This record gives sequence, structure tokens and C-alpha cells, in this order.
Amino acid sequence: MTLHKFFRICYNFCMLTKEEVLKLAKLSRIALSDAEVEKFQKNLDTVLGYVDELKKVDTEGLEEVNQVTGLVNVQREDKAVMAENHAEIFAQAPEIKDGYFKVKAIL
Amino acid sequence: MTEELSYKTLTELRKLLDNKTISSLEMTKYFLSRIKTLDKNFNSFVTVTEEVALRQAQDADDFISSAGENPFLCGIPYASKDLFCTKDIRTTASSKILDNYKPPYDATVTEKLNAQKSVLLGKTNLDEFAHGSSTETSAYGASKNPWDNTRIPGGSSGGSTAAVAAGLTPWATATETGGSIRQPASLCGLSGWKPTYGRVSRYGIIAMASSLDSPGAVANNVEDLAHLAEIMSGRDEKDSTTGNIAVPTYAKNLSADMKGIKIGVPKEYFVDGMEDGVKQRVMEAIKEYEKMGAQIVDVSLPYTKYGSLVYAIVCPSEVASNLMRFDGIRYGHSTSEAKNLLEVYEKSRAEGFGDEAKRRILTGTYVLSAGYYDAYYKKAQKVRSLIIKEFADVFKKVDILACPSSPNVAIKLGHAKDNPLFGYIADQLNIPGSLAGLPALSIPCGFAEPQGEALSSSNGVGLPVGLQIIGPQWGEQVVFNAGFAYQQVTDWHKKHPSIK
Repeated sequence: MTLHKFFRICYNFCMLTKEEVLKLAKLSRIALSDAEVEKFQKNLDTVLGYVDELKKVDTEGLEEVNQVTGLVNVQREDKAVMAENHAEIFAQAPEIKDGYFKVKAIL
Repeated sequence: MTEELSYKTLTELRKLLDNKTISSLEMTKYFLSRIKTLDKNFNSFVTVTEEVALRQAQDADDFISSAGENPFLCGIPYASKDLFCTKDIRTTASSKILDNYKPPYDATVTEKLNAQKSVLLGKTNLDEFAHGSSTETSAYGASKNPWDNTRIPGGSSGGSTAAVAAGLTPWATATETGGSIRQPASLCGLSGWKPTYGRVSRYGIIAMASSLDSPGAVANNVEDLAHLAEIMSGRDEKDSTTGNIAVPTYAKNLSADMKGIKIGVPKEYFVDGMEDGVKQRVMEAIKEYEKMGAQIVDVSLPYTKYGSLVYAIVCPSEVASNLMRFDGIRYGHSTSEAKNLLEVYEKSRAEGFGDEAKRRILTGTYVLSAGYYDAYYKKAQKVRSLIIKEFADVFKKVDILACPSSPNVAIKLGHAKDNPLFGYIADQLNIPGSLAGLPALSIPCGFAEPQGEALSSSNGVGLPVGLQIIGPQWGEQVVFNAGFAYQQVTDWHKKHPSIK
């Protein structure tokens, strides 16, 4: 099967349940409309099928890659530096009060 | 003479400024006026920074008229992909969630370019948060290909490549995660450099997938890219993944001597469904190297086919994690509809993110959620190690790899949208190298007719095809040398679209 066909098949047949999509939306902190839930059920995602393909690869004893540079223990001196741009940083916030970011009540 | 400025190389512009044939202010006004009259056809800019540009140009002119040497980019205009933070200058990532964002700091790359006294013309369009290969997911509309403006410029750095190809800027910054420099450079007929991961600092560049993101550049030739690489590269304390390896004087070291250079041609990179014209042009380019004395070696990279699958898991996972920072509280879009804190998060993000960003966040959240992490993310990262090893092994046998940058020439606008997999399929040629963090170039190697839909009548030559050259980790020099050598014996990089 060519990769193209493989993608196509997954795209058409890998579906999540409505509850699964709503759970993901909650974890992702994104409010989805009903139409969006339906749409993401259908195309979220081909990923479901990929893992079956990847399972075929023998990775016994291999470490997973977390970075590619080969750098180890990159450190710098733990020294505080003054940020000179407080005003610019706070100017970006929708609401501030007394030099703090203002947020809505938790509940 | 200004009519001829639009496609001058950086070295040529440097000379014009140094010998005072033209001032930076005149040069800057020239490009600004081109943007004003022409960009309505290409939508390559999200923001044009005229005021900043005029001020920086005046500043550069003052510097040039003072005694001493001028930095290479002093007074030369450029455009920056709208992912690079520019202090106090709107930076959107082509997303509504950052529509009004003015960063309180500069990206390290922006700082380096400012230190050179470069002149910023504006911020270029991209797929929203760089999620795409066509610029069509941008919240500010798609950019258009200057070779045929009914077609995509590629992406995600499509605004940058459209702007350079249309002669609206001499060069532009760009970024790659999985093909976002090489593919649009190829579709727009430009030279594009995707650096070794860790060669250029990611600090201040709005993150997509942090283990892959590589900031680079697009320009009119490889010599320009070698100069830009010298300026943009280097260790940065603010990005602990930047390597401590000294930055060579790439431009000065350029050598066109290809005798004895071993070029691997990986059979897996000539994929099913690739356009015949693209394949032919690339094979002709490889023959050109043979004529120059290079040795062509057939090689095989059997894990290539897993690249897209690994990427499809790793990329959304890192996207979901990176985009969690947009909370509607500290910066960016904030909803006016919320009754409590949770609703601030959920509604700000629902209103601010586009479709593709939402899709990737949800996908990544799925992959990383309890019970799936080991089966998906960890497994993918293990397969990634096989891809890395395969490249390391092949570079024991050859100096560089040569292959196409894209399986097709530019497709029609709107045709990528129908198929959400367009990106992944087209990226097969780029993704394995990205997963391994390798340096690469795309350089123009001729023109081909598109398969399927006919060209619009204004275009008589066909559409640009890109040759991809991939090198070993930190091997920018050998990649630049190969690109430079090809551009000494061919003139594809000197062809430009006819723009009225």
C-alpha cells in the first residue's frame, strides 16, 4: 500500500467517539461547537492508524530520541538579571490591576 | 537604475551601499514602493513596517557615512517571517490569537540582524503558527505564487518566499519544522537554507515543535545564504539547544570544486506519484554534478517511509504543549464572553485559534494523554533514532545527498485545503532530514509543467523545480559548497517571474 492510500483509508475510517473528542477539548482548554466536535471526530486523526504501522518496526532495546544535538548538561550560572521591560510586558495583558495580571474568579 | 534593484544579490547591494551609488534610504523606499504597488497580488506581508524601515535606513546611512567598515547587512532591507519576535512591532504568527501582539523583546536572530543595522521592511505571512505547507491556514488569507498567482507559494514560509520571488525584498527570514523552508523555496524558485537543528537560536521565535524548529533564510542565491548563515548562527545562552561548535566563515570558505565529492542519490526520495518533470530536472541537476567531477552513488534509506508517521505523532504533541501558553490572560486574544477563569481559557482559545491549530492541539493532547504516551510518542521517538542512525551511516559513505525538494511543482490555491494530508505527503522528502536535525538547501534547478491543471496564460516557462541537498549534522559548509558550485555552472537562480 502506498503511503498516500494508507493516509486516505485512515482518514476515512479512523473515528473517535463524541465523548473522546469532548474530553480532549476539555484537556486542551478549547470550547468546541457541535459542528467542530463532529468534524474532529472524523479527522482526528490519522494518528490512530499510524501507530499500527510504527508497531511493525523493531525498536527493541532502543532509547527514544529527546533531542538531536548530542549536547549534555547545558548549564549556566544561576544568576538573577534585571528585566527592564516590565511596562511593555504588562501592556500586552487584557487586564491588569496594581501591577498584577487580573484574572476572573476561579468558580 | 533602481528598476534593476529587485533581484540584486546581497553582495551586489553591499557594494552599491559601500561605494555610495545609492543610499539605504533610497534602497528602502524602492522596496517599500514595490510592496505598496505589487503585494496586493501576492499577499506576502501581514504587516509592512514602513516607519521602522525608514528610521532604520536613516540610521544605517549615518553609520555608512561614518569612518570604518560596514557590517555585511548594514542598510540592506529584509523581511521577517511573522514568527520572529520584533520588539514593539506586531508579531502575529498569522493567528487571530496574536492579532494585536507586540512582543516586549526581540528574538535572538532579530537582535543579530539589528546589530548589523539591517532594515526591516515588514513581517511575512505564513500558515497559522506554521501549521501547513501552503500558507492557506493563515488567518490573514493565503499568499500567492509570483510565478502564477492562482497557485500556492508553498509553506509554511510562503509569505517569505513569495516576497523574495516577487522582488519585494532582497531576502527574508524563514523557519522549518518539516519542510517549511525547502518546499516553498522550491515552489517559488529560490535558494533556501534549512540549518542544522541547534545551529541558529530559537529564542524569540514563536514555537511550533521545539525538537524540530530550525530558523533559516531564503534568498536569491547560495552565496547570500552563506553570508546570512554566518550572521544568524551561533551559541545562544537563551536557547540551550544551540551547539557550542564555532561558526565557520561559510561565505569566505565557499568552494566550487566538486572533484571527488561523493553525492548519494537515495532511491526512496523518488517517490510514487512524483511529477515526471520534477524527477527529470533533478536527474539533470545530478548529471551536472557528475560533469563537475563529483561521484554519484546510489544509496538507500529504507526508514524514510516512517518519517511522516513519526512526524505526525511528534509534531502535534509538541504543538499541543507549546500552544498551551495562550491563555487569554498575559497576552494575545482574550474573550469578552467569559464568566469564570476556565471560560477565559476555553473561549479565548476557541475564538483565537484557527481550524488547523485546533486539530493539531487536540491530536497532540490525545497522543500525550494518559495511556497513549508510551504507545505513541515514545514509540515514535524510538523509530526516530533509527532514522537518525540511518543518516549517520549513509554519511560515512557519501558527502551529501541530492534529491527533489518537493514531489510536485506549485499546485492551485484551494487544492491543498481539500486534503488535510497534503502537507504530510509533500513533506516526505523533507521530514526525515528534519527529524535527524540535518542541514539542507533547496536550489532552483529548472522548470516543469504541472501535471493536471494547465498553467495560467501569463506564464510561458513552466513552474520552478527545486533540487535538495542534504548534509551531515553541522555540515553547512559542504552543503553551501555544493549549492554554490551548481550556481556557478547554471543560471536557474537568475530566472525571475515576469511581474506587471
